[in-house]
Amino acid sequence: MDAVTYRYAGTLTESLRGVNLSIEPGRVVGLVGPNGAGKSTLCLCAVGLAPSVVGGALTGAVKIDGLDTRDTPAHKLAQHAGILFQESQTQITSGAPSVWEEIAFGPRNLSLTRDEVIERTWAAVDALGLGAIVDRDPGRLSGGQAQLVALAAVLALGPRYLVLDEPTSQLDPLGTRLVGDTLAKAARETGVGVLIAEHKTDLLARMCDEIAVISNGAIVARGPAESILSDPALHQWRVTPPADVALRQAVVAAGLTWNGEWP
Amino acid sequence: MIGDGTVAGVDLATEDLGFVYPDGTRALSKVSLTIAAGSRVAIIGQNGSGKSTLVRHFNGLLRATEGRVLVNGQSIGQTHVANLARLVGISFQNPDRQIFSANVRSEVRFGPRNIGLRELDLDRRVDAALMQVGLATMVDTNPYDLGFSERKLLALASVIAMGTPAIVLDEPTTGQDADGVARVRRIVAELSDEGRTVVAVSHDMTFVAETFDRVLVLRDGRLVLDGSVDDVFGEKSWGVLASTFLEPPLPARLGARLGLGATPTTASFVAALAARDDT
Repeated sequence: MDAVTYRYAGTLTESLRGVNLSIEPGRVVGLVGPNGAGKSTLCLCAVGLAPSVVGGALTGAVKIDGLDTRDTPAHKLAQHAGILFQESQTQITSGAPSVWEEIAFGPRNLSLTRDEVIERTWAAVDALGLGAIVDRDPGRLSGGQAQLVALAAVLALGPRYLVLDEPTSQLDPLGTRLVGDTLAKAARETGVGVLIAEHKTDLLARMCDEIAVISNGAIVARGPAESILSDPALHQWRVTPPADVALRQAVVAAGLTWNGEWP
Repeated sequence: MIGDGTVAGVDLATEDLGFVYPDGTRALSKVSLTIAAGSRVAIIGQNGSGKSTLVRHFNGLLRATEGRVLVNGQSIGQTHVANLARLVGISFQNPDRQIFSANVRSEVRFGPRNIGLRELDLDRRVDAALMQVGLATMVDTNPYDLGFSERKLLALASVIAMGTPAIVLDEPTTGQDADGVARVRRIVAELSDEGRTVVAVSHDMTFVAETFDRVLVLRDGRLVLDGSVDDVFGEKSWGVLASTFLEPPLPARLGARLGLGATPTTASFVAALAARDDT
């Protein structure tokens, strides 16, 4: 994303202002910031859904593997970058008779061989521990299950870049860790580049190489995960720091010293 | 009068509650618990452990297939949903299941109007609820122009405005930023200070430790722990928590390791550390 400024159709205010951000293959970048700062908008622009599908006006340029998102048809972009929406239920087609078919739907449309479709689908099912529910009706899943199924469906497409908007919001702690570890592994092993918008900074500390902070439509900080997540300015951006950082800050703020007993 | 700061809470209880969905899936087995009027109770457990199923029994959305559900000591077996709706309000995990109006104000007005509030009483109740969740300046906005976190707060306001003596919040902090979580914490305290019974389902252990008095832990539809925040996040419970893939908040784990006692919150950890350093 190069100097991207974007506003939605029918609005005067800019939702993104001069955003520069790049995601490299094999890297995991976390996106944090307060509600309303532009995280979801940035996700939509990053994969080209805004403006091509959502409408609105974009200046600057968004390029995926060198393809300008304004000149490239959505179906073509979809083969380069996958997105998981914040409300993942909306993403489940519900036309599929089973969870397995739901996940296989994407690969089937990629002109792969039958065996490749089966292999990719099972790989995604196994990665997210969905083996027990492959026969279930995808329209009748709990929020947490739907989130995992939607993520598996995106993973099965094998995109080069993945953009995820709060992919763990409805998951329990175990599911949250599973998503984090699965994505980090996918980045490491398949070289997928990941952008993940999240409030759960404990999760981001586990999985991200870099963190970008967005506030009021602009990227206000970017750097290695460890240094950004321990930056005292996180509070000012209404971001809850990871638990260990918060505890250390509270101890220091109380005028106490810490004798190296941190885990 | 409900909503005027003098709400009498209600006791909620279950006796050997069991629930099997029509497709044969068992969601709850022999759950017995009592939630005293005015208390703040969190329910934790994995996805699929039965948390949402359990709380849907308190306002009759689901009916026990085994055992009983009691509100103020009375079995709700025969009680009509419309009557239960005046006693127990539920704010769902997914706000879009409950939002349907064209603007924020009419969304919040719907419930209290339906139970007979009119004119000034109605306006006062609606304004107070919108103020409490921080949406007072957005009364004319279409709910679907709000972000997800704001729609969650709107759904919460709609339930608060009903003035029910008990309120159930299903995953209230989902999608909230730091300020949003702090706001939800404040709202729980305010509702509880008014005397209402507050029950919340949550995956956020830090929020649970910092906001509630008591914690219930469900595993595979059974109640496996029921105690104070100190007890449930204390060392003796770690085995049971681990058996359902839950971890106490970091201050609790670290406090135990350092021999500081029960320190489930950052504040209690810092206080215990200060006390130790003084001696």
